[in-house]
Amino acid sequence: MKKKRPITRREAIFAGLTSAGALLLSGCLKKAPPTYGNILRMGDDLTYVAQRGLLSQRALAMEYQKSDVTSFPVTDIGDPADPAMKAVYSKEYEELQRNNFKDWSLSIEGAIAKPRKYSMDDLKKVGERTQITRHTCEEGWSAIAEWTGVPLGALLKDAGILPAARFVYFFGYDKYTESIDMLDAFHPQTILAHTMNGEDLPARHGAPLRVRVETQVGYKSAKYLRGIVVTEKFVEPDADISTGWSWYTGI
Amino acid sequence: MEQTGHKRWVKGAHFVITLSFLALTVSGFVILMSHPRLYWGKAGNDLTPALFELPISRNYHHGGWIKTTPFKHLSGSQVSAVRTYDIFNENGWGRSTHFLAGWFLIITGVIYFIAGFFSGHFRKNLSPRRGEFSFKLFWQDLVSHFRRQTHYTGKYGLLQKITYLGVIFFLFPVVILTGMTMSPAITASYPFLLKIFFGHQSARTIHFFASVALLLFLLVHVVMVIRSGFKRNLLAITFGKSS
Repeated sequence: MKKKRPITRREAIFAGLTSAGALLLSGCLKKAPPTYGNILRMGDDLTYVAQRGLLSQRALAMEYQKSDVTSFPVTDIGDPADPAMKAVYSKEYEELQRNNFKDWSLSIEGAIAKPRKYSMDDLKKVGERTQITRHTCEEGWSAIAEWTGVPLGALLKDAGILPAARFVYFFGYDKYTESIDMLDAFHPQTILAHTMNGEDLPARHGAPLRVRVETQVGYKSAKYLRGIVVTEKFVEPDADISTGWSWYTGI
Repeated sequence: MEQTGHKRWVKGAHFVITLSFLALTVSGFVILMSHPRLYWGKAGNDLTPALFELPISRNYHHGGWIKTTPFKHLSGSQVSAVRTYDIFNENGWGRSTHFLAGWFLIITGVIYFIAGFFSGHFRKNLSPRRGEFSFKLFWQDLVSHFRRQTHYTGKYGLLQKITYLGVIFFLFPVVILTGMTMSPAITASYPFLLKIFFGHQSARTIHFFASVALLLFLLVHVVMVIRSGFKRNLLAITFGKSS
């Protein structure tokens, strides 16, 4: 005589599907960030863990020739110097820009031995790297440009980063926030760029200073920088997370 | 009635891959909608020439760009311009869904590959027999498909075998590898991907055409499943008795 199975395969599949549906539903109903519930976040986390575990963390993104440089669209959230763009406008930024950023400086705080402000001249003394790399936008387009800037790793060392530090947060004058982990922060191609295609960073490409994270898609490369905060814990003020975008975007 | 059911692991893999493929198709279409322009080469964007553009969202042929400024120190004609319109972009959930479904596809696909080789599934059921390698048989099989003659033998026909092998060993590997070629982190570790697919935007275009080919396969597959005995075929791949 055949033993009665406690649960049939058919029942198991239906139970699985309905519970997955219930999880999805609760994810949609949850209003507070992080949005899109836990299921999509699971996939993004798996991508993060897998790419950190399986890929070489020192490998350089492809660097191109000068002849490969392309036109470069500006598709950010708005011009912080334009009072008409209420969501991103900063009076402070507008004044800095009017004075050609002579009074601009970058603050570095958090898990840092000597929190301080760096003027553009201070930054240029820390180090310099030039790279012709591809900007890969999540929308689907890409563009190649030559960037010159300060390697972020060198700057963090110069400021005396503490051993407990785990994440680096970038704050822009356009109220945009991004963060990356230490592996990307100390990646040789992660730079704070002040020069694009041989000229001072053009206004709408993030003047006077922007991040270049070449191992992730474009929206991690925050523009119009005003400050950097190094943290020991992962907090979620990022623009991408609060609006339902994946925090890690190596893919 | 003849025993026709597939092995349990074949059914399971078919189920997961079907669902992942459908999720990948929907999310992939949503992702394409935010930039319905395709290019050939290392990079491409709204300010560079496209191969073609698809009329699938309000972003199609959008002229909302102002302040075209040349880069002063470049010898070429490269410019910068600011976008002035609110684009359609649902990539927040679109991308995350695409990659989550991609994980299901890849993990199941790897299990299917390993099981297919070691169980003899590929050798016994999918590889054409020696006697089948003849142009005449191939022609007959092709003609009978168009004449809508079906004769059920419980085994795959020649055309069917070639199609399945093409999907399993060519289209799926190409679509997965071109997908990975769009990843900045993966191509940093494996730059050969950018070489074999002729650059980031070429990989994206190949990814698109491979997905279209897979969708056409799905269409023909469903039509053939219905025409050659819908109920029997459906049971064989789902809840029917396993062989």
